[in-house]
Amino acid sequence: MSAVTSRRGATRRPALLRISNALTGLAFVAPALVGLLALYIVPLISTFVTSFTKTGPFGGSTFVGADNYLSLFLDAEFWTALRNSLIFTAIVLLGVPIAIVLAALINSVKRFRTTYRVLFFLPVVTLPVAVGMVWRYIYNGDFGVINQALAAFGIDGPSWVADPDVAIYAVAIVGIWSSLGTNIIILGAGIQAISQDLFEASSLDGAGSIRQFFAITLPLLSPSVFLVSVLSVISSLQMFDLIYVMIGRGSPAEQGSQTVVYLFFQKAFVEYDRGYGAAIAIVLLVIIMAVTALQFRLQRKWVFYG
Amino acid sequence: MLVVAAAAMVFPFLWQLLTALKTVAESRAVPPVFFPSDLTVDAFARFFDSVPVVGMVGVSAAALVIRVGGQLLICSLAAYGFARMTFPGRNVLFGLFLIMLMAPSQLFLIAQFDLMKSLGLLDTIPAIALPGIFSAFGTFLLRQAFMSVPKEFEEAARLDGANAFQIFWRVMLPMVGPTLAALTVLTALYSWNDLLWPLIITSSKENMTLPVGLATLQGQYGTDYPTLMAGSLLASLPLIAVFIALQRQFFAGIASSGLKG
Repeated sequence: MSAVTSRRGATRRPALLRISNALTGLAFVAPALVGLLALYIVPLISTFVTSFTKTGPFGGSTFVGADNYLSLFLDAEFWTALRNSLIFTAIVLLGVPIAIVLAALINSVKRFRTTYRVLFFLPVVTLPVAVGMVWRYIYNGDFGVINQALAAFGIDGPSWVADPDVAIYAVAIVGIWSSLGTNIIILGAGIQAISQDLFEASSLDGAGSIRQFFAITLPLLSPSVFLVSVLSVISSLQMFDLIYVMIGRGSPAEQGSQTVVYLFFQKAFVEYDRGYGAAIAIVLLVIIMAVTALQFRLQRKWVFYG
Repeated sequence: MLVVAAAAMVFPFLWQLLTALKTVAESRAVPPVFFPSDLTVDAFARFFDSVPVVGMVGVSAAALVIRVGGQLLICSLAAYGFARMTFPGRNVLFGLFLIMLMAPSQLFLIAQFDLMKSLGLLDTIPAIALPGIFSAFGTFLLRQAFMSVPKEFEEAARLDGANAFQIFWRVMLPMVGPTLAALTVLTALYSWNDLLWPLIITSSKENMTLPVGLATLQGQYGTDYPTLMAGSLLASLPLIAVFIALQRQFFAGIASSGLKG
């Protein structure tokens, strides 16, 4: 493009042409910019402003300074929600090593490779609401299959998602189950990008497949592992659907098991306490940024860019 | 080990299907009944009786079409602009797009709700689809794709007298077909599965999406597991079918992005 423009521009009206090119460029991005502005940038500013206000019972809002944030930090409910979000995220992160091993195994089998990928990916394309409903049934304390299987070994299982002490862990296991597929695809692409020569050379030197996994696959895969971990954390901290379906609304475990986003939904859209909801959203942003920044800091110690 | 893990992935789906074909009594039997003693599709009938299934499918499908179509058009236009045009503020504007990639969606929900309210769009299908049309991720992915197309194609078209939009539409868009396909399936997935935003923005039975309808169903029929399993199975099937037909596009989309939800 630049070659053509400059050739023509050199002969006549370069300034006019440049303006017309700029206008064409702006015309291409304009529809997206309007949407970005109206649906994202303005709402972001508005959420920030709202977080310093209190909505009256008849609409209208008054500026209350940092009151929402102060009551948030004094609210035991918020700390429980934050603790649950962090537990959920930590457990879903434990799924990453599982995904690494499974991705390596899938890559090493000769037959049915695609079949395995499809099977592990099924939960990703299934409605999270549907996933939650099926697992809620499986977890049922009285006649769910898990407790019936445990009973066969004489173990009296807990009521899982109806037990506030256990519920968040039970949901997090479903979180692992649902995220394995995505992680396996990303990690599998990473494994396939590793040069085959390295594996051949090391087998000539007598390295077995376990040794190869730890000496070659794992270090060279570390950038993909890092990516998968960052994405898992960001999406886990925003998890809503599973909690809403498996624990929410009247379950005995609802109070003790809600997450930050569930609390946000309750405050902003069920109790219509918008200022408080906005404050939760802002705090969530800060938490996500802090955890992601921490991950980027820690990566220097373990991610190997060959 | 792979086989055991794969079995653990499949078991819930199998259990869902088997339970959907059982009677309520059998679904609560202790010890569990694995294969329904007499197959019944009553649960499916109850599902159709209790929620407006056809309407829900229609709403979900309409929102999906608007969101996917709108996103492909608007994001590819913007992506082409960012990839190949020079205009003042280009890098700053693109940077703004990228920042939105990082931010959690909850930050925007309250004000997006207010905007829809002031536009008179509360509880409508366009409102379900609108925010998802503007995707930082889609713009970014397509920009990368446009940047990898050699410039010679555009120059040849320009010498033939094509204007900027013709070049974009006839020459460049077909060149990024695989990226458009990957973006289509991912956006369709997010649109079909989304719960939080439709839950907030819709209130009437006529405008319930499938996820919202299922969640409602669970509220009403919390212990009728065969009906819940029948509903969740039917609601998931369309996308599972599309996935099995278009695996390559799904995997390409996920691998290039790694973005989820």
